[in-house]
Amino acid sequence: MSILAQVTTAAEAVALTAADQKSISAAGYAGLAYGLATLGPGIGIGYLVGQSVQAMARQPEAAGMVRTTMFLGIAFTEALALIGFVVFILLKFV
Amino acid sequence: MIFGLEFPPIENLVEWPNIFGPADSWYGFNKIALINLIALVGTTVLFLVAGRKKTLEPATNAPKGSRNLVESAVAFIRDGIIIETIGPAGLRYLPFLASLFFFILITNIFEVIPFFHMPGNARMAGPAVLALLTWAYFIAVGIKHQGLKYFWNSVAPPGVPKALLPLVVPIELLSTFIVRPFSLAVRLFANMLAGHILLVTFSVLCITLWGASLLLVVLPFSFVMLVGLTGFEIMVAFLQAYIFTILASVYIGSSMHAEH
Repeated sequence: MSILAQVTTAAEAVALTAADQKSISAAGYAGLAYGLATLGPGIGIGYLVGQSVQAMARQPEAAGMVRTTMFLGIAFTEALALIGFVVFILLKFV
Repeated sequence: MIFGLEFPPIENLVEWPNIFGPADSWYGFNKIALINLIALVGTTVLFLVAGRKKTLEPATNAPKGSRNLVESAVAFIRDGIIIETIGPAGLRYLPFLASLFFFILITNIFEVIPFFHMPGNARMAGPAVLALLTWAYFIAVGIKHQGLKYFWNSVAPPGVPKALLPLVVPIELLSTFIVRPFSLAVRLFANMLAGHILLVTFSVLCITLWGASLLLVVLPFSFVMLVGLTGFEIMVAFLQAYIFTILASVYIGSSMHAEH
């Protein structure tokens, strides 16, 4: 009886440490995941704003229209990085 | 704990105890609810006060005071957002978009207001409700303008070859009715939460350095960074309100006519 109880306790302890191990390794990789998520949007926003500035410099009378479209494009491109940030929070803290 | 810097757990940054009402009750009232209430009442009072003044400056024939502020803001939403994205036909949606803009702007700006220091949109509930509202609004506009054919027009744009329909319909269905509200909500929420965590990080750094003896020389740099980031967050609060409103405007405009 006591041996069975000991085995159960040991199994519970092992299960707990496995869950802990998993969350610890997830927290360790959270920063890496967020870093990877920033790469694409960073390149994208840089290219987008650069091209928009060029368009505005070439045709200043179209600047308002280009600016609106630029903000739209930034909003869509940035969404991926922000989803990466939310995943970082989920991995790290939840 | 990194180099003696003790960062508070994330629950301490975003979860606030109830001002009144027991915890987990439906009528509990905390700081986020207070910020939302201030944004609601503040917007209403501002517009009522601005609309009440009928006088113009005699010399320049220009509005003054709060009416000047509100008129320039509404003109910005009209000319910078609606005319640019929908055109003159979208002017009837000005009240909805203006209230959306002002509500998001005021809840966001509490991020840098002393004694609050918490953006109301850094909890997922606020952005989710606003995004669902926008979602229901653009679907309603689509049904009003195109009837029930709106749903077919929005998932299968006219002019797409028949053979491509099995590929296009699921993608458009997903991107129009699921990704749109999700990305609206997550964009606002994640931007405000990230800004809040950034400000907390530098505040905690400043407080920790204040007690350090040798590292005190780093404190001015950290403090300058904190002040600079506060200015940056004011800009982000404006920009997120602008982007949310312009995306809502684009979505409403796209459901007024079938894509071509």
